[in-house]
Amino acid sequence: MEKETLLDWYRQMVLIRRFEERSDELYQLEGKIKGFLHLYIGQEAIAVGTIAARRPQDHLITAYRDHGHALAAGLEAKYVLAELMGKATGVTGGRGGSMHLASRDRHFWGGYGIVGAHLSLGVGLALAEKYRESEFAAICYFGDGATNIGYFHESLNMAGVWQLPILFVCENNKYGMGTAVDKASANPIISDKARAYCIPAKRIDGNNILEVYDETSAALAKIRAGEGPQFLEMMTYRYEGHSIGDRTRYRPEGELHQWRDEKDPIATLQKHLLTQMGISETELMAIQQDVEREMDEAVRFSNESPLPELDTLYNYIYPEA
Amino acid sequence: MARLTLREAITDALREEMQRDDNVFIMGEEVADWGGTYAVTKGFLEEFGPRRVRDTPISEMVIAGAATGAAMAGLRPVAEFMTINFAFVAFDAIINHAAKVSYMFNGQFDCPVVFRAPGGGGKQLGATHSHTPDVIFAHFPGLKVVCPATPYDAKGLLKAAIRDNGPVLFIEAVPLYTSPKVRDEVPEGDYTVPIGVSDVKREGSDVTIITYGEGLHISLDAARQLEREGIEAEVVDLRTLQPLDMSVPLASFKKTFKAVVVEFGHQTYGIGAEIVARLQEEAFDYLDAPIKRVAQNDVPAPYSGLLEKAALPDADKVVAAVKEIL
Ligand SMILES: Cc1ncc(C[n+]2csc(CCOP(=O)(O)OP(=O)(O)O)c2C)c(N)n1
Ligand SMILES: [Mg+2]
Repeated sequence: MEKETLLDWYRQMVLIRRFEERSDELYQLEGKIKGFLHLYIGQEAIAVGTIAARRPQDHLITAYRDHGHALAAGLEAKYVLAELMGKATGVTGGRGGSMHLASRDRHFWGGYGIVGAHLSLGVGLALAEKYRESEFAAICYFGDGATNIGYFHESLNMAGVWQLPILFVCENNKYGMGTAVDKASANPIISDKARAYCIPAKRIDGNNILEVYDETSAALAKIRAGEGPQFLEMMTYRYEGHSIGDRTRYRPEGELHQWRDEKDPIATLQKHLLTQMGISETELMAIQQDVEREMDEAVRFSNESPLPELDTLYNYIYPEA
Repeated sequence: MARLTLREAITDALREEMQRDDNVFIMGEEVADWGGTYAVTKGFLEEFGPRRVRDTPISEMVIAGAATGAAMAGLRPVAEFMTINFAFVAFDAIINHAAKVSYMFNGQFDCPVVFRAPGGGGKQLGATHSHTPDVIFAHFPGLKVVCPATPYDAKGLLKAAIRDNGPVLFIEAVPLYTSPKVRDEVPEGDYTVPIGVSDVKREGSDVTIITYGEGLHISLDAARQLEREGIEAEVVDLRTLQPLDMSVPLASFKKTFKAVVVEFGHQTYGIGAEIVARLQEEAFDYLDAPIKRVAQNDVPAPYSGLLEKAALPDADKVVAAVKEIL
C-alpha cells in the first residue's frame, strides 16, 4: 500500500475520533448537541477501510452510528457537525440530526434509526444496480444486534435469492446497547447466519485497517464478477457508551482497557506507519495538528451557523414534482 | 373508449406505464408465475420478462424496504402486497422509511415507489384478512394514500401514482374489482387523474354524502333510493385520503348544510371523525344538523356471513343516516 494512501487513512481515522470527542464535549459540557449521539470511537478502521475500497458510484447505507461513515464518505466535518447542532447549514439542514446524515452526491444514502430496517433499503439499492446491469454495488453496515431482527433475515434471503450486488458489513462490537452478542443471538458467530442463506461470509479483524481494506476489496471484486452478495463480520469494539448517558456497567472490568491498549485501530495503523513505512512521529503529529485545525474550524462554523428558518418546517414532506 | 372493470383499468394502467418507462417494474408475492393473486398482472411475465415482473419471497418487510431503496436509487417500483392486511408487517418500512426519506434527508432523495394493496372485507375471510385500514396509513404526512372507486379514476390515479416522485399507497377495493355495477367508460390511451383532488360523483342539493372507495357505490345506491322519495343527495368522492382535499366537500356542504360521511373502515378515529372535525372547524355557520357517520362497526370481522354483513355499511344504513338529519 502506498505511503500517501496510508497517511490519508490515518488522517481520516484521527479526524473521526477527534470529531467524536469534540461532539461528546459539545453535548455534555456545552449542551449544544441534543437527542441521541452514538459515537463511533474504536470502530474507525471499518468505515475508513471499507469506503477506501469502494468506487464512488457504489452505494453506502448504515445505521444511526453514522458519523464515521459520513466523514469517510467525504462529507465535510463542518457540515456534519452543524447537522449535529441542528443548524441550517447541516448536511440535512437540521432535519435529520446525528442519526440521519446523508449525501446524495457521495452516494451515501444515510444513517437510519430503526435497527435493521435499512438492510432492506440496501437490498433495494443493490436491486437497482442489478436491474440496470451496472457494475456497481451497495455496501450495507449494521451492528451485531441488528442480526436478530426480521429485517436482517428477509434482506439476506432476498439478496441471496436474487443474487444482488451487495456487501453486508456487520460491525460486531460485542454489544447491542447493553446486551452482549451471546445473550441475544442463538448463534454468536454472526457470519454463520449469512451462510444459512448461502452468502459467502468471513469473520475478520475490524480494527486492522489493512485487513479491512483487503477483505472489502476482495468481496467487492467477487460481487462485480457476478458472484452475488457477500458478507463480512468485522470484529471491533465501541469504547463509549451506546449513546450519551450510558455508563456501560454491563461490561466486564478491564474489557475496554484491553481493547484500547492492545487493539486500538488508530494505534495499530500508527505502529505500522512508524515501524514498517518509515514515517516519523513528527509527520503524524503534523497530521494530528491539521485535524485539530479542521475541527476548530468545524466548531466555529457550526456555532456561527444559523438555525433553520421556521418557514421551512413543511418543506420536502413530499419530494418535488 | 371501452367499458372496463376496475381490475381491467388497473391492469391497463400498469401495462401502459411499464411500456412507457423501463424504470417501472413490479415486485411482490405471486405477481409473476401466478399472474397476481387477484390476476391483476396476468400475462405480465410473458410480456415483460422476469427482470421487470419479480416474484418475491413471503417477506413483506423487505418487499416494502427494497422497493423503497430501489426507488431512492432512481427506479419506479410498483410493489404489490397480496392484500393490505399483510402490509401491517411492513408498516415500519412504509411509514418510517418510504414516507420519511424525503423530509428527513432534506429533499435530497426522491422515493417514487407505489405500494399496491387490495383491501376491503365482506368476503368471509375472517378477522385477519378483512381489514379496511386505510385511515391508519393516511395518518402520516409523507405517504400519499389513494383509494379509487371507479375504473376511470383507478387508471388515471395509478398512472399519476407511478409518475409521482414520492411514495404512494394505492388501495384497491377487492369487492369492486370485477363488479359489473362498477364498470365504466375508460379511455384507451394515456391520461392521468391528479392525486389529492376530490370529485363530485353525483350532484344534489339536499344533503352531502362524503365518501370514497367502496363507500362511493353504496352511497350512489342510497342516493338513487333517496331520489325516489324526492331527496337529492350530492355524493363527493374523496379519491385521495392523504393529502386530503377538503375544498370539494366544503363547497358541497356549504350548499346543502347537511352531511353524512360513509366509509368501510371502523368508525372510531376513522375518516369520518376527521371530515366531521374539518367541516365544523371550517364551516360551522353552515351546520344545520349533526353530521352522521356510517362506518364499519367497531368489531373484528366475524367469519359467518350474516354477522359480517351486519357489521359493514350498506346503502340502507346510508339512507337511514340521511333521513335522521333531514
Ligand atoms: C427496531 C428497533 N428496536 C430497538 C431499537 C433501540 N435500539 C437502538 S440501537 C440498539 C442496539 C443495536 O445494536 P447493534 O445492532 O449491535 O448496533 P451498535 O449500537 O452496537 O452499533 C437498540 C436496541 C431501535 N432503534 N429499533
Ligand atoms: Mg453492536
